[in-house]
Amino acid sequence: MKFLKDYALVFVSVLLFNLNVTASEDAHTESKEEKFNPTEVILHHISDSHEWHIADWKNENGEEVHLTIPLPVIVICEGQFDVFLSSAFEHGHRDVIKGDKTYRLNHGHLEETSGASVLDFSITRNVASLFMSMLLLIWIFTASAKHYKSGIGAPKGIASFMEPLILFVRDDIAIPNIGEKHYARFLPFLLTIFFFIWINNLIGLVPFFPGGSNLTGNIAFTLVMSVITLIVTNVNANKDYWKHIFMPPVPVALWPIMIPVELIGVVSKPFALMIRLFANITAGHIIILSLVSLIFIFQTVWISPVSVAFVLFMNFIELLVAALQAYIFTLLTALFIGSGLVEHHHDHEEAHH
Amino acid sequence: MNLGPLAAIGAGLAVLGAGIGIGRIGGSAMEAIARQPEATGKIQTAMIIAAALIEGAALFAIVVSLLK
Repeated sequence: MKFLKDYALVFVSVLLFNLNVTASEDAHTESKEEKFNPTEVILHHISDSHEWHIADWKNENGEEVHLTIPLPVIVICEGQFDVFLSSAFEHGHRDVIKGDKTYRLNHGHLEETSGASVLDFSITRNVASLFMSMLLLIWIFTASAKHYKSGIGAPKGIASFMEPLILFVRDDIAIPNIGEKHYARFLPFLLTIFFFIWINNLIGLVPFFPGGSNLTGNIAFTLVMSVITLIVTNVNANKDYWKHIFMPPVPVALWPIMIPVELIGVVSKPFALMIRLFANITAGHIIILSLVSLIFIFQTVWISPVSVAFVLFMNFIELLVAALQAYIFTLLTALFIGSGLVEHHHDHEEAHH
Repeated sequence: MNLGPLAAIGAGLAVLGAGIGIGRIGGSAMEAIARQPEATGKIQTAMIIAAALIEGAALFAIVVSLLK
């Protein structure tokens, strides 16, 4: 347990060690008078990037100072494996030349200037945030589990906070949907999804470092979560489930219609899970960012009480949405798993109707 | 042809549908709770699930209009 805390400290301090303060004069003072473009600012805040931008301010010389943590860029281009810090890009102003490949950061998208296809495995801001929330979760739960080594009793400390939540997932999500016989196999998976999504939603709501990286609003993340659900559901489904898909209980003449529909249904349920989580969280972030941008659009300080009040209200709603979306994702996953494990004892003969 | 305004109208329509749907669910849930206060817990759970599913459908439409 202690070694985990040490790893976490090392990780965070390596990140902070690379803290980079860059002062740029010309490029930014030229664009000082350009109009504030809310769409661009909002899209920049909710999308991923190769560096972790912490703060901006103006120092005494009137230049803009950017405080960022550059993250490592790991890229495989036509068999050539390159690793370097994204500070080499200097916020996209410079191309990086490694061997015979020239890499350019084009609006946050890494590409190679001669058009070769690039496999980008970089530790971007979302990936770094994923690692941090993973370490946080491991820490919280190993601390909770340690309590139970000394026997089952009333929990104290962090376990006392986690235990009602874990029992909630078991009694209200797992058992009603999967049934008494099989729920124990899937309970770790359901607990993982629930807490992982919840903590990533919450971290995304925090506007300053180490939060504010919008991981659950990244459709690649939700895609992977729903693919995992798809795999777990279908690998563990029993024969009745597959029989209903490939030999549905309708007259044979309808099978050419029913079988494709059933197959689409198998895929569309996790697809809906993916879209639901992604759109809910991203929409929430866009709303909050838009309300804050109101101040900059109107360019007056009198808007700020209204704007801040709205943003506070929206943030409370987003806290609710964070927990609710985690609950819904977990609940629907349990439902799908359970529907694959239902045992039918009916027969399909029409004579019995 | 600039589809921006059309996309915004589409998004608004989708939210209208979601609002009506969730409003109806909330309404029937209220009535059911008024009739049988002991079943409040189960009714609440079912209401939340149905609301999330409707919202999922509405968000499909929002995502499509965001793409435009």
